[in-house]
This record gives sequence, structure tokens and C-alpha cells, in this order.
Amino acid sequence: MSLLSSAISITRYRVNGTLEDPISDTVYLGLRKNMLPDIEDVESAQSAGWASFQDPFTPSFEGSSFVYGNYFVFSLRIDKKTIPSKLVQKYMAIEIAKKCQATGREFLSRNEKKMIKENVISILGLRIPATPNIYNVLWNYEASQIWFFTHLKGPNEELETLFKTSFGLVLTRIFPFTFAESFPGMSGFDLDLLTPLSPTKILR
Amino acid sequence: MLDIATAYNRYKFLGHEFLTWLWYLIETDGYRLGQVEPPSIVLALGKRIVLENPRENHAEKVTIKGEYANFEAGILPLRQGSLVTELSLQAKSAEMTWEFNLKGESLSVSNMKMSTTGPIESLDDVEGALLEKVYLIETILQFIDMLFERFLKIRVTSDWDEKVVPRIRRWIIKNEDRSNL
Repeated sequence: MSLLSSAISITRYRVNGTLEDPISDTVYLGLRKNMLPDIEDVESAQSAGWASFQDPFTPSFEGSSFVYGNYFVFSLRIDKKTIPSKLVQKYMAIEIAKKCQATGREFLSRNEKKMIKENVISILGLRIPATPNIYNVLWNYEASQIWFFTHLKGPNEELETLFKTSFGLVLTRIFPFTFAESFPGMSGFDLDLLTPLSPTKILR
Repeated sequence: MLDIATAYNRYKFLGHEFLTWLWYLIETDGYRLGQVEPPSIVLALGKRIVLENPRENHAEKVTIKGEYANFEAGILPLRQGSLVTELSLQAKSAEMTWEFNLKGESLSVSNMKMSTTGPIESLDDVEGALLEKVYLIETILQFIDMLFERFLKIRVTSDWDEKVVPRIRRWIIKNEDRSNL
């Protein structure tokens, strides 16, 4: 989902730690380190990496193209190959028939069918192009915050992993407890007051 | 120190109590939201409320949808012990408007629509549109954060049990009586 879409969803993170100066150069190096390659990796079922905000299909971060005002803005692109199960079934049926004819048997064993299935998936995987999914990331470095423009579990987990690999910084998702723990407006708030709280029964 | 997943589950009730408190504030003092100085943003209920009754063995969930979320239909589940888990809100300031869903357990916003930014006619317009959009998002998120901060600071004091909860309770009972008429 794009930051410029008409309807947006945001998952917020706190960024733990700081980068080496000059910060924008360190961010650039981190992005380049895990940039999605230009040429499709034909074999893997899924690949994920950073891409630019404005041109996510031509990986490049030259000329500080990820700096917008006080923010770093870029994308997480996840390319995934999805092979329709009906297509797998069709090619499996063809391959099974071929093998039965060649061996003069009426049935194949479970192991033989399993091997045929793996082979079919591998061949189809080479032929089918990966579908790209693009999720924008906005990094407010001064506020130590990340806005990630999706709530989907898979991309959020990918973001957390890739961010740590690229920048050496750990992300903490914002929810009621982590908000109380560290949000700027909560400085001086005694977290020990929160620890013993239990749900209120307003009625019944 | 609590593990993140444990902290999420252990304290998600705070998000549900926050949304229930927020609904109460909107209905009883929508303009000021309980503050002496009216905030620069006015909140109103949107088109959807989700309530959940956290029973021991199973949770009961009620979703109320509509052009104007049916206020009275939401009172009955509250009366039966439910809390608000998701709330659709409309917000307005002098120059800006927002519509969004707020989920209690994660404090996350979804399906957020807001005042339109300028049209993007060339690549040079992208940065301006982006910064304008970020400003709009930041304004409303800071407002939500301010409300949640206020809630948390009340929640940990004795005022919560002694003053706020009895007031919410009276509001529910009064409106249940009204809806029964």
C-alpha cells in the first residue's frame, strides 16, 4: 500500500539505537546492502529487499533519492511466485500419465508422485514470473519512528528482519504497553504503576 | 522485562478501555473531550464499532455498522460487559478532515482517508504531495497519542476506579434506560 494512496493503513515502530554520522550516508549504505536485485532471481519462490519510493522497479538510491524533507522514504518490495494449485495438478496428471505409459504400470507409488510434484513445481517456478508487492516505509530519524504502510503480518515480519540486517537497529512495534514504555510524551511515567493493572469490569 | 508478545497480550485490555473511554468522551463531551481548553481537532463517531466481551472461555464479538454507527445498539453489549475493540472515527480541524479505524490492542490506524493533497502532475510534485500527506498523518497521530497519554495517566491513578469508571457506568445505564423507552 502506498503512502500516497487515498486510504492508508499504518503500523508504527520505535527505532532502538542510532546510526553513525553522516546519517544519510549510513542509511544509503544500509539500503544498498539489501537492495532488491535488478534481475529477477529465477529460482527462489520469494525475495525481499529495499526499493526506491518513486521507482520501485529500478533499484537505485543514487543522489539521496530516499531523502524527503526530514524523512527517509523508501519501499520494501517482496517478489513472490505463486503457482496456482490447479496448474500443478494439471502438469502432475500429464507427468504421471507419461510415466505410467513408459513403465507399463497403472499406478505410481506415493514417493514417485511426490517427486513428480516437486519437479513440476520447480519447472513451473522457473517459468512463472514473481509478483511484486510494494510497501512504503517512512523513517523519521529524529523521532526514532518508522511508519510502515501495511498491517499484513508477513511484510511486517520481513521489515523487522531486513531493517536489523541493513542498519543494525531493532524495531519495536508500538502498542499500548510499548507506548507507555517509551513514547516521548510518556517520559517520567512510572512504568511500575502499569505493571499490576488488570482489566476493569465496567459493568457485570 | 516482559517479552514483546506477552506484553502485547497482557496489556491489550488498555487499548480496549481507551476506546471505550473515548466513545464515552465523544458522546458526553465531544467538543472538549473532557478538557478545559477545546482541542484543535473535533472527534465524532464513524460508521463502525466493534465490541468484545472477554469471557473466560470464549470472547463474544459484536460489530455495528452503518452510515451513523447505531449508538443504542452499542450500549447493550456495553451493559453486558463488553468493551470497544475497534472504533471508526471522523476527525475535523479548521482546515483538515480525517476518517479512520482505530484498533485498541495495537493502537493502529487503518483505512485512513483524509483531506486531499495537491494533484501530482509531474515528478517534481511528488515530494510536495508526500510532505503534505505526512503532515496530515502526523497531525492526527499526534492527536491520538495525546489522547492515549491522557488516558494512561488517568488509568494508573485511583481517579480511574473512583471517578471515571462510575461516570462511564452511569452513562451506560442512563442510555440503556433511554433506549428501552
